[in-house]
Amino acid sequence: MSLSPSFWQGLRAFLPLIPGVLPFSMVAGIAAVQAGFSPVQSIAFSLIGFAGSAQLIASQMVAGGAPLLLIVGSALIVNLRFALYSASMLPFFGGVSTPVRWPLAYLLTDQAYALTMGRPSSATDVVRYYAGAALPMWLTWQVGTVVGALLGTHIPATLPLEFAVPLSFIALVIPALRTRPQVLAAVVSGAVAVAAHALPFRLNLIVGAACGIAAALALQSVRPGQARK
Amino acid sequence: MTIWLVILGVGVVSLLLRASSLVLLRNRRLPPRLAESLGLVPASVLAALIAPDLLVQHGQVNVLSVRLLAGLLAALVAWKTRNVLWTLVVGLGLLFAAQALGWA
Repeated sequence: MSLSPSFWQGLRAFLPLIPGVLPFSMVAGIAAVQAGFSPVQSIAFSLIGFAGSAQLIASQMVAGGAPLLLIVGSALIVNLRFALYSASMLPFFGGVSTPVRWPLAYLLTDQAYALTMGRPSSATDVVRYYAGAALPMWLTWQVGTVVGALLGTHIPATLPLEFAVPLSFIALVIPALRTRPQVLAAVVSGAVAVAAHALPFRLNLIVGAACGIAAALALQSVRPGQARK
Repeated sequence: MTIWLVILGVGVVSLLLRASSLVLLRNRRLPPRLAESLGLVPASVLAALIAPDLLVQHGQVNVLSVRLLAGLLAALVAWKTRNVLWTLVVGLGLLFAAQALGWA
C-alpha cells in the first residue's frame, strides 16, 4: 500500500491522542509485570494481543489464579466490540486484497476506529486514512507497554498504582456512553458486579455485563425510540 | 507456560474478532439485533470492571471509600475533558493526597 495525502491526514489526526494512550499503555505494561509476566512476556502480550482492556483484565485474572479458558473467555467478551467495528468498517474496504486486510484488521482499536468514523470530508481514501491513524496508535501502545514492563518491578508496592487501571477504564467508558440504553447497561452491570463480588475468578464481571446488556435490551424493546437518544 | 497460553489465546481471539467482517465474513452482514447488542457490550463490561474496584475493599462493600470519591471525580474529568491523562492525574492525585493525610 503506497502512502497518500489521506494517510498523512490520518497520522496527524492521531497525534493529539498520544498523551492519553501513553499512560494507559504504561499501566498495561506495569499490570502485566506485577501479575507475574516477565518483561518479555509483557511485551509479547502487547505485540500479539494488542488489546488494552483485555490485557489489563487478563493480567488481573492471571494474578487472581483464574483458569485459562475463563481468561480467554473474558477477553472474548471484552473485545466483542471489535466485531462491531469490523462490520462497520467493511464498506470502505472494497478494493483491498486479503493479504492487506489481515494486518489492517490487526491494527483495529477504539482510537483508530473513532478517528476514521470522524474523519474530515477531505480524506478521500478512507482505508489509507485509517492506516495513517492506526499505525502510530500501534507504535505508541508498544512503546508505552515496553516502558511500563521495564518500570513495573521497580515501582514501590505502597503506591496505589493499580488504581490507575479502573481510572483508565473510566476514561474509556465515559465518552462511550452515548445512549440511554448504554447508560442503563453500565449502571445495572456495575451494581450487579458489586453485589456479586464474592464469586470466584471475577465471574462477577461476566454476570454483571450479562445483566446490564439484558436490562438495556429490555428497555429498547419496551421503548424502541430510546435507542437513538 | 500458562502465561504464554494466555498471551496466545487472547491474541487469537482478539485478531479473529477484528477480522470477523473485514476478512472472514466479507460480504455477510451482522443481524441488526446482534449488532445492537454488541453496541452495549463495551459500556457493560467496563462498568462491571470499574465498580468493584471503587466499592469493594478487603472483600467488603464500602460506599464511603476514598476510591469511590476519586473515581467519581475522575469520571467528571473524563466527561468534561475526554482526556485519559487528566483522568489518571486527578484520580491518582486525590488517592495519593488522601493516603499522605492518613485518610485512605
